[in-house]
Amino acid sequence: MLFFQSLISGILIGGVYALAAMGMSLVFGVMNISNFAHGELMMLGMYMAYYLFTLLNIDPFLSLLIIMPLTFVFGYVIEKTMIDRVMDHPSENQILLTVGFGLIMSNSALLAFTSDPKILTTSYSSSSIALPGGISVSIPMLLSFLVTCILTAALYLFLAKSRTGMALRATSQNREAAQLMGINVSRMSAIAFGTGTLLAASAGAMIAQTYYIDPFAGHIFLLKSFTICVLGGLGSVIGAGIGGIIIGLAEAMSSAYLSSDWKDVLVFILFLAILLLRPQGLFGKKGEQ
Amino acid sequence: MLEIRNLNAGYGDMTVLKSISLSVTEGEVLSIAGNNGAGKSTLLKAISGIIRYSGSILFLDTELNGLKPHSIVEKGIVHVPEGRKIFPEMSVSENLKMGAFLNPRDYRRHLELAFSLFPRLAERRNQLGGTMSGGEQQILAIARGLMGNPKLLMLDEPSLGLSPLYTELVFKSIGEIKRSGVTVLLVEQNVCESLMASDRGYVMETGSIVLSGRGSELLENPLVKKAYLGI
Repeated sequence: MLFFQSLISGILIGGVYALAAMGMSLVFGVMNISNFAHGELMMLGMYMAYYLFTLLNIDPFLSLLIIMPLTFVFGYVIEKTMIDRVMDHPSENQILLTVGFGLIMSNSALLAFTSDPKILTTSYSSSSIALPGGISVSIPMLLSFLVTCILTAALYLFLAKSRTGMALRATSQNREAAQLMGINVSRMSAIAFGTGTLLAASAGAMIAQTYYIDPFAGHIFLLKSFTICVLGGLGSVIGAGIGGIIIGLAEAMSSAYLSSDWKDVLVFILFLAILLLRPQGLFGKKGEQ
Repeated sequence: MLEIRNLNAGYGDMTVLKSISLSVTEGEVLSIAGNNGAGKSTLLKAISGIIRYSGSILFLDTELNGLKPHSIVEKGIVHVPEGRKIFPEMSVSENLKMGAFLNPRDYRRHLELAFSLFPRLAERRNQLGGTMSGGEQQILAIARGLMGNPKLLMLDEPSLGLSPLYTELVFKSIGEIKRSGVTVLLVEQNVCESLMASDRGYVMETGSIVLSGRGSELLENPLVKKAYLGI
């Protein structure tokens, strides 16, 4: 029974990891930039959900309808005003910029919200569904997973069918050729970054009931998202989706059968093993940088 | 149609193009011939706005210097880059759809034209671009360029690395593209074939234009014969 319990919790939390990692992967694919502020963007989503709930009494899942457009615009503006300037610069400059931006975000949050961890408690925060065999499924986690599935399907349809989504894919496959098709690639970068921000913040909002909310809550998710992206193949959005579930499962299984202290160790062992055995990731292409 | 005056360009400290001046007349096939490293591809990249340069490029009386690549495509110049650069994880039809990015309304009509020019692409429409042969990728790249409804189509080394069969198909298609009213600027290492397919030509050497004239005249030029045709 422990096995099935871990299986279910692993898949549910993995879905949220996947959502955050898909945002990072999209940004990497289109812009060829590793966004080290990704965790802080999740933290932003957590605080937004927290304050929308405590001040305006809006349910965290309902508040996604407010958080998503706001964070998209936020990401779009950040790309246009800051990241666009380093697009043609060496990657060290890009890393310094996104790391610096993340530090500014987390320290601003520290000033504004103090370091006291906040807890978002709704009427259903600790309720769960009991399945036969003593397995329990947390309601907030189940809801996050369902919303993640909807968002993933929406993202997939957007990338596969819409004109802008196709242009994003074209830009990620060959930036120069995309320019020659008349695609405004700097606009595509801003859209990718806005979408990445929206996905990270949504993931943050959805786990706000499960994790403590503090200015540095995003750090651990940055590392996880990065591991998932490498596992799935950097730039592959589908790879990030499947990678997220794998990491969620690995964590749940190691907590169940080893100890919860080991779960992060296992994730990084997995990370190193992938770099050694299949550096291009599960869905990445060989020989790409 | 296209008037280039005193164009200088390079990468970093290296100068690749030294005060190039040339003109393209509407309706012609113009080829720029020359060896590897002469600066032919750099010239096309300057025209399509991918690299910065000093000097002036006028297209239908509009100055192009300073415009972004996507605005230049909007003006009617489409550049089919060297090495084809198709989108490897998109199907043939998706690649063509991207070619028509700026004029999706004419997509159907241009698709029929592209398929009539290259029936092979119609057979392969659902295949991923990256899994096709070099020749198929080249005709896909040309067709994708035509989807953008260009007034001026620039082809960079379209016959590079192709089998004789595909080389012939590519040069034959250039004639048909010209007949459909599109002006063609062709850059080639295959000097003989490209000059034969062209109305006029320029010969470039290490960043400068050294010869110009009618295609047939250049083929007879002793310098061209000696340097490029090995006669």
